[in-house]
Amino acid sequence: MAVEYIQPEYEVVRNQERCIVCRVCERQCANQVHEYLKDSNRMVADDSKCVNCHRCVALCPTRALKIVKSPHTFKENTNWSGKAISEIYKQAESGGVLLSSMGNPENYPVYFDKMLLNASQVTNPSIDPLREPMETRVFLGAKPERIERDEKGRIIRSLPPQIQLSMPVMFSAMSYGSISYNAHESLARAAAELGILYNTGEGGLHEDLYKYGKNTIVQVASGRFGVHKDYLESGAAIEIKMGQGAKPGIGGHLPGEKVGMDISRTRMIPEGTDAISPAPHHDIYSIEDLRQLVYSLKEATGYKKPVIVKIAAVHNVAAIASGIARSGADMIAIDGFRGGTGAAPTRIRDHVGLPIELALASVDKRLRDEGIRNRVSIIAGGSIRSSADVVKAIALGADCVYIATAALVALGCHLCRSCHTGKCNWGIATQRPDLVKRLNPNIGFRRLVNLLTAWQHEIKEMMGGMGINSIEALRGNRLMLRGVGLNEKELEILGIKHAGE
Amino acid sequence: MYRNVSGCAISGIISRSGKRFSGERIIESVATMRERSNGLGGGFAAYGIYPEYKDYYAFHIFYNDNAAKKECETFLEEHFDIINLSRIPTRKIPEITDEPLIWRYFVLPLPTKLAASQLDEREYVVRCVFRINTGIDGAYVFSSGKNMGVFKAVGFPEDVGRFYKLEEYEGYCFTAHGRYPTNTPGWWGGAHPFSLLDYTVVHNGEISSYDANRRSIEMYGYKCTLLTDTEVIAYMIDYLHRRIGLTLDEICHVFAAPFWSTIEGKPKQEREELKFLRNVFSSLLITGPFSIIVGFEGGMMALNDRLKLRSMVVGEKDDMVYVASEEAAIRIIQNDLDRVWSPMGGEGVIVTVEGVKN
Amino acid sequence: MKRVYVNEKWCLGCHLCEYYCAFASTGETDMARALKDIRINPRIRVEECEGISFAVSCRHCPEPLCVKGCITGALRKIDGIITVDRNRCIGCYTCILSCPYGAVSPSEDGAIQKCELCIKTHEGTPRCVLGCPNGAIVFEERGE
Repeated sequence: MAVEYIQPEYEVVRNQERCIVCRVCERQCANQVHEYLKDSNRMVADDSKCVNCHRCVALCPTRALKIVKSPHTFKENTNWSGKAISEIYKQAESGGVLLSSMGNPENYPVYFDKMLLNASQVTNPSIDPLREPMETRVFLGAKPERIERDEKGRIIRSLPPQIQLSMPVMFSAMSYGSISYNAHESLARAAAELGILYNTGEGGLHEDLYKYGKNTIVQVASGRFGVHKDYLESGAAIEIKMGQGAKPGIGGHLPGEKVGMDISRTRMIPEGTDAISPAPHHDIYSIEDLRQLVYSLKEATGYKKPVIVKIAAVHNVAAIASGIARSGADMIAIDGFRGGTGAAPTRIRDHVGLPIELALASVDKRLRDEGIRNRVSIIAGGSIRSSADVVKAIALGADCVYIATAALVALGCHLCRSCHTGKCNWGIATQRPDLVKRLNPNIGFRRLVNLLTAWQHEIKEMMGGMGINSIEALRGNRLMLRGVGLNEKELEILGIKHAGE
Repeated sequence: MYRNVSGCAISGIISRSGKRFSGERIIESVATMRERSNGLGGGFAAYGIYPEYKDYYAFHIFYNDNAAKKECETFLEEHFDIINLSRIPTRKIPEITDEPLIWRYFVLPLPTKLAASQLDEREYVVRCVFRINTGIDGAYVFSSGKNMGVFKAVGFPEDVGRFYKLEEYEGYCFTAHGRYPTNTPGWWGGAHPFSLLDYTVVHNGEISSYDANRRSIEMYGYKCTLLTDTEVIAYMIDYLHRRIGLTLDEICHVFAAPFWSTIEGKPKQEREELKFLRNVFSSLLITGPFSIIVGFEGGMMALNDRLKLRSMVVGEKDDMVYVASEEAAIRIIQNDLDRVWSPMGGEGVIVTVEGVKN
Repeated sequence: MKRVYVNEKWCLGCHLCEYYCAFASTGETDMARALKDIRINPRIRVEECEGISFAVSCRHCPEPLCVKGCITGALRKIDGIITVDRNRCIGCYTCILSCPYGAVSPSEDGAIQKCELCIKTHEGTPRCVLGCPNGAIVFEERGE
């Protein structure tokens, strides 16, 4: 090309003193950044291809590599940032919609980072989780509003279907197709080992993973990919995906090149065809229609499985959640605007939706105001990054959280946000067999188990500090939170006081 | 929304045979634990004290001034048949000052109003109490059960007892509370016991689950106006016992639920029941230190938190059962005990009077 | 006895095992210093063909042909590990010819070299195992 408008964002810096020319960087880069020059016996790099995924950096045995932000810059302009200018160049060239992956990276407030937790002093003892029982078990599902007794006066213990979790964290929906088989297997095995659930996402369930059904949420999305009776029956719960935090208002899109034989079988679509989910469910144009689908799925599975309705956090989320709670759904999953995706139009990812903290707080309040909070469990997702975020979400009112990006990071994801290229060097967001094999589920599942075991310890530590020894006493316990640097309106929506109050 | 955090002394005495005795003894018991109070609140609940009006709801009401009294009485007349009203007799003593107007009414819901409301009688009374307490500025109903009454004030409990001439009342059960609030000045309404209908609660502790419990119970129409742990517990008891129909034993398993590890080791039937209660009423689990004595028509229940982070001792002599924060508070009034023990965390002690329904 | 096993399913063909192997025999503490400008001659080799790859090193056979064929007694099996006495090796390479796996090779100085399980020097686990990024080389007990 005669005129090169787009300059590399990163530079690959190689310390030639340390490079032993083992060529692992070259062999491991699917973007073909690195090249071996035989004549001079040296490695060189083409910065323009680098997505900053750190695969080469992480595998270099002599730590000879680092990726740095390119100092190359446009003339300074706070309004016209380099990013804004570059995006115009891209579109002027391509005429297309900009695509991105993973969660919204823009500079919006992260409310989790503006809330602080309480701890006991003097009047109420803190509890040491190493010495006292500390419970994180939760049950998800609708709770009855009254009890009934048999002729002997014993409580009749019939309940709507419930899910028992060892801790209030589940792996959120990521479809087979958007992520690799090995990533799916890692999630499934980790969920089984941890006593929690993972979510198939909208791409159906590979037949080899049916054995983890007790720990599986099967998703039904607008494309209905891979949905059949055995699939519905295989899981512990069914999730209707109405929306996704990363791209509210649009459906999923899996390019045909990712639809190989296994995915084609699992999704029940021809090999090589694009799997495009419609933006809405074409049988759901209103809340009554949702109710019909909820009951269709319940009918199909003998009322034995709870139904989750997942929505993206949008402006009217509280009213929508109220409608869902009255639709017969057992749980509502709310996905905040920082939630990840394998591919989304950049503008939608970066400009649509709500922070999960505000959405969660307003939904929990609304359902309580209407007296229907016990009819549904609330699952909050959309960038839960640590155990502290989990604790804060529970204190705001969630029964449980969904994590997905954090799980992928545990599997090796470096958030290079290039999933949509299909060339994930970490074997996660790819279907290329040579790349997929880079994620060994024996290692992956162990890392996921480690991550959540660590989080569970931390959750117990924080609960113990607050003098709480069972997670249900933390749920909706907003007095345990204080805001820092938040304005009156934000505090009001979050339903918390400011630090110092 | 500022919450009261407190330490405290509690005491309770009940006659299993329903024999009535003077309030003198409970004063003596709670006075022994003066160290556990700081003079910012004391109070008593007394059961079986109004036999001549036992079929009427006895409302004890604080008024800030005559205007509040007038407004409240108008409301009462519109909703109830008032069979008797009077000032509650008090004794002027230097230790108790700044008293509000303290009145007592024996009432029954007006049959026409009750019928029009389509509520059961007790629910009707509860709604009226909430309307007064949240809607009439300067009026506060602090007792609303039948054949029982709450007496409370700012002061040390023994002074509060003398102020209300508690020794002149005879009942089959008394509970008492001396308060050690660690913030907010004393307010007469903020003293224990807290009550709704005939349920009364005295409480020593600070519950870490407070806001989870409060936000949950407020869903069912209760308004936590006083922002204390004890008020929430009182409403939770009313909700679970009167409205949901749980037994007191089941309520203990909700409030101070056994740990899952304990539940797993129980026989199947019991395990399933405990699991059901923990799951369905998970928002009403109470964590953090507490010892409570719950009074109700025909009985008394004592309960410690699941880790037993607060002291509580039970003593028995013949038909009498004593509960107190400290054994000394029992020994001072009955040193010759048949049995004395500290209940385990989460182990409810439920005492009922023979021949009285509960 | 614990042995090195390889699994081609997880082998990425990255060749790191070869470099860690070469590094292990240098006794150096820094790999860059040890292997800079050196053409390595590792005791483990990655075999590759049409997208399939796997690492090959001595299997420490129960009945090792190399030991049988060694004319000087330089190769011996000690505690289950086939070891080389470099002073006795005369470089006849009978062992190289007789090993069915190609796990024995000549070293720079003419004596033969092979994997002797560097477990005594490296945390009890051979260096190639520690250095494999994908769990394709494992060191475990599987029974004889």
